[in-house]
Amino acid sequence: MNNKVVSSLREAIELTGLKSGMTVSFHHHLRNGDYVLNMVMAEIARMGIRDLTVNASSLFDIHAPLLQHIENHVVTKIQTDYMSGVLGKAISRGIMETPVEFRTHGGRPSDIELGRTPIDVAFIAAPAADGMGNCSGKYGKSACGSLGYAYPDAMNAKKVVVITDNLVPYPLLDWSIPETYVDYVVTVDAIGDPNGIVSGTTKITRDPVGLVMADRAAQVIRHSGLLKDGFSFQTGAGGASLAAAKFLKDIMLKENIHGSFGSGGITGYMVDMLNEGCFQSLMDVQCFDLKAVESIRTNPRHQEISASHYASPSARSAVVDSLDVVILGATEVDTDFNVNVHTDSNGYIMGGSGGHSDTAAGARLSMIIAPLFRARLPIVTDRVNCISTPGRDIDVLVTQAGIAVNPKDAELRQRLVDAGLPIVDIHELKELAERTTGAPTHIAKGDRVVANVIYRDGTLLDTIRNVPAK
Amino acid sequence: MDIIKKASAGTLESSDVYVEIEPGTQGIQLELESVVEQQFGDSIRALVQEVLAEYGVENARLHIADRGALDCVIRARVETAVARGKGE
Repeated sequence: MNNKVVSSLREAIELTGLKSGMTVSFHHHLRNGDYVLNMVMAEIARMGIRDLTVNASSLFDIHAPLLQHIENHVVTKIQTDYMSGVLGKAISRGIMETPVEFRTHGGRPSDIELGRTPIDVAFIAAPAADGMGNCSGKYGKSACGSLGYAYPDAMNAKKVVVITDNLVPYPLLDWSIPETYVDYVVTVDAIGDPNGIVSGTTKITRDPVGLVMADRAAQVIRHSGLLKDGFSFQTGAGGASLAAAKFLKDIMLKENIHGSFGSGGITGYMVDMLNEGCFQSLMDVQCFDLKAVESIRTNPRHQEISASHYASPSARSAVVDSLDVVILGATEVDTDFNVNVHTDSNGYIMGGSGGHSDTAAGARLSMIIAPLFRARLPIVTDRVNCISTPGRDIDVLVTQAGIAVNPKDAELRQRLVDAGLPIVDIHELKELAERTTGAPTHIAKGDRVVANVIYRDGTLLDTIRNVPAK
Repeated sequence: MDIIKKASAGTLESSDVYVEIEPGTQGIQLELESVVEQQFGDSIRALVQEVLAEYGVENARLHIADRGALDCVIRARVETAVARGKGE
């Protein structure tokens, strides 16, 4: 065998032996710039293959052509960790007979490795690859940095196809996924749109309410007892979360605290913290911006990790198990601290757990930052419309009007009270919000289940019902 | 005194409301689109009627695009649109 490069995507699909009823998988490092899922599914549809399960680590608006494949029964089942609004709305309207299976970024690799969700053919979008399939996300015009979520697919699928727009001479050094797992390599003009793959820069919020919340969040961490040498930290890419990371950095530099690691989806802000000595290393399952991509390519202390290493509950251990503090978002939080990140205020799917419930389960301190209300809708409710992360794993809710501590964390609550932070009961936050907004009428839910939310251990956590037509 | 000309107030920014008012002859004709229709639609309609009654507006056509404004904001935008529509 000279190499594994085949002449076309169609030939590669034929060689894998893909047949109706099988499962194909995709990873989401190219995010809303991904061309690969659409080009593969279009070719599969042309070949007359039907009734497929698509297992994708996340789905974005760019993947809207899937709706056509669903309508034509090319795709009859979806397994994913996150789904943005365009697909989510259609799914919520009830276009699929079989409910979507939502997992977490840790539950997905766990279920793949345990054989619960076997993959027939994995398609790996590779910003750089050689002719034998060694591939990396760090190089090329479509560079995305880490390929973390693609590892379990590559290592467990029956057949693996690498799709690249940057074929380099063998051997590609500094590979992420080695040739040992790869069956075929296909070259295409472009695997994605660089503008949609990574943001040029991710920016902290300038919204005064967001800045107040971010400052409070940093103060909670400071007084939690966890902020000391060896500290580890993860935060999302939302504006207020990034502002909290910036305030935290200021505290760490001022007090000369040398942390251990930062993890998760990595932004330029986390790279700054690494470079300024706040952390020994970054553990990176996905890069969010160009600065993160540049860093993972050039800095050996910025380490790529697989989805299993990041968050799998069935791995011997995962990074989330060593995490001190995670800052997370929410569309709703209820008075039992359950968090919804799957559905919007009208019940439409517009997100998913991603690593939310994995990091919340692992971290010693799991903090939600959310405003008291958004566009007149209070964040704190009696019961969230969908439980994405169970309240037992959430410790603190930070809002601009006060900080609520889960009653299970009496010691933490006392620390924060002693530090003079504005601690309130979570029920008070709900009442405070409703005094300003008025009490919202409950939304109408349909009687059909359109998605099952599967917790990281494989148990059913909640179901999402259809949104009835008006 | 009734609405004598077409007028508007507000914006389409999140948490604001855009109110358009124009002369009418068949009582209050209110068209509302709101991102929180399910949760607050009826209370928004009641509030708009209340403000119009306070200002003695008996005939007008309104188109309201709500982006999740609080009651105080809705009241202020409707009051301003009415004042402008009356030529004040």
